[in-house]
Amino acid sequence: MNPGIDLQGTFIESLQGFGLPAGAAKAIWMPLPMLIVLVGSTVAVLIAVWMERKVSAAAQQRIGPEYIGPLGILAPLADGLKLVFKEDIIPAKADKWLFTFGPMIVVIPVFLSFLIVPFGENLLISDVGMGVFLWIALSSVVPIGLLMSGYASNNKYSLLGGLRATAQSLAYEIPLALAVMAIAMMSNSLSTVDIVQHQSGYGLLGWNVWRQPFGFVIFFIAALAECERTPFDLPEAEEELVAGYQTEYSGMKFALFYLGSYVNLTLSALLVSILYLGGWEAPIPVGLISSTFNISDTTPWLQVITGAIGILMTLLKTYALVFFIVLIRWTIPRVRIDQLLNLGWKFLLPVALANLLATAGLKLTFPAFFGG
Amino acid sequence: MFVLTGYEYLLGFLLVCGFVPVLALTASKLVRPSRRGPVRRTTYESGMEPVGGAWIQFNIRYYMFALVFVVFDVETVFLYPWAVAFSQLGLLAFVEALIFITILVIGLVYAWRKGALEWS
Repeated sequence: MNPGIDLQGTFIESLQGFGLPAGAAKAIWMPLPMLIVLVGSTVAVLIAVWMERKVSAAAQQRIGPEYIGPLGILAPLADGLKLVFKEDIIPAKADKWLFTFGPMIVVIPVFLSFLIVPFGENLLISDVGMGVFLWIALSSVVPIGLLMSGYASNNKYSLLGGLRATAQSLAYEIPLALAVMAIAMMSNSLSTVDIVQHQSGYGLLGWNVWRQPFGFVIFFIAALAECERTPFDLPEAEEELVAGYQTEYSGMKFALFYLGSYVNLTLSALLVSILYLGGWEAPIPVGLISSTFNISDTTPWLQVITGAIGILMTLLKTYALVFFIVLIRWTIPRVRIDQLLNLGWKFLLPVALANLLATAGLKLTFPAFFGG
Repeated sequence: MFVLTGYEYLLGFLLVCGFVPVLALTASKLVRPSRRGPVRRTTYESGMEPVGGAWIQFNIRYYMFALVFVVFDVETVFLYPWAVAFSQLGLLAFVEALIFITILVIGLVYAWRKGALEWS
């Protein structure tokens, strides 16, 4: 197996070369990947927002943002700046503290989930053993923040939006967790790195989507519902609830909700590509090409290229999914709340359970094919 | 083998992430205008004078869903270790989990038939 580039190891070793103790070297290293990931995910959000606006415009035969930067690429940044300078209004009847904590509780777990998102074998903040399970746990914290801000606003629309967010998350969390469980069963691990490595070696054919087609559909639908995208955007349905839980918000607190929802969208697309579409693996395995040309896996320039291809592949798959999700927004109308709950409880939950049992049965029968 | 490595990053990243909204709100506080008037701070109800507050008792309608959710959520937590260690456990564990899931499916069917999964 190609171990890939180990930035952490190299960095700490070179610092120790200057005579620093190992603990201090690690303490200097620790914030670096975190800050890179934070900045990277914020840029990823700007791109996702731009894509949303541009693709929506194309779907409606408009031009979309055009003047701010080439092809309007800086429009989301201008939006953000405008929100920074906007007055912050807390309604007189609202609960001031909960009103402020709500958006914070929404944003923190979504950013924290980037801890487990790998862009290469060693290109992630930390390969914790809990892996995807941590993400499932964190994603269920978000609705608490939504309910909190909906309740704190003391506004009927907000409260209904917050309650809908909770109902939706109750219905879709279990199918999501069960779909991930089937993947964890096949990979014998919850770690995202292990899950991607389990899909490696055969290029396009090794990806989990072929072995877990039902799991893929369940996960995709549940992820759409978890990040409140159309057709499941009931908590902020503008025709019914003005803007749902964010009705009373303005300025930076609204920006936090906005940021949170787009980070969540990008994160869900990232996780779909990691769990089902081979993560950083290229459709044609890089290891195969390098071995045909008799290049050793440990050649430094090859490792750099492999790392770069890994990041590129992850981002390509992710943005292809974001593009698809934006298209869905302009294709499928919003569902009613009873249809939403029926789909979650009466369809996805039984199918996800059956999918889990089928995976277990197939793993017993064909251990070689389903990860031994 | 499950070893608790790498979790110091979780704690560190939690601190860094917790800092993000605080920083954003403080930065905005320094530059934004603040003109507070009594009308500006009224509750928004599409331009109407607000009638009553939102903090009242009403039927949230999905109480039963929440109860079923608790059952299945705990079930998923129980099943996760089984799924991860499945290749070492073999057939017997599969049968055990099958019985466990069957009992829960009976529960789901019961809740369904009783109408707990209806938005009425």
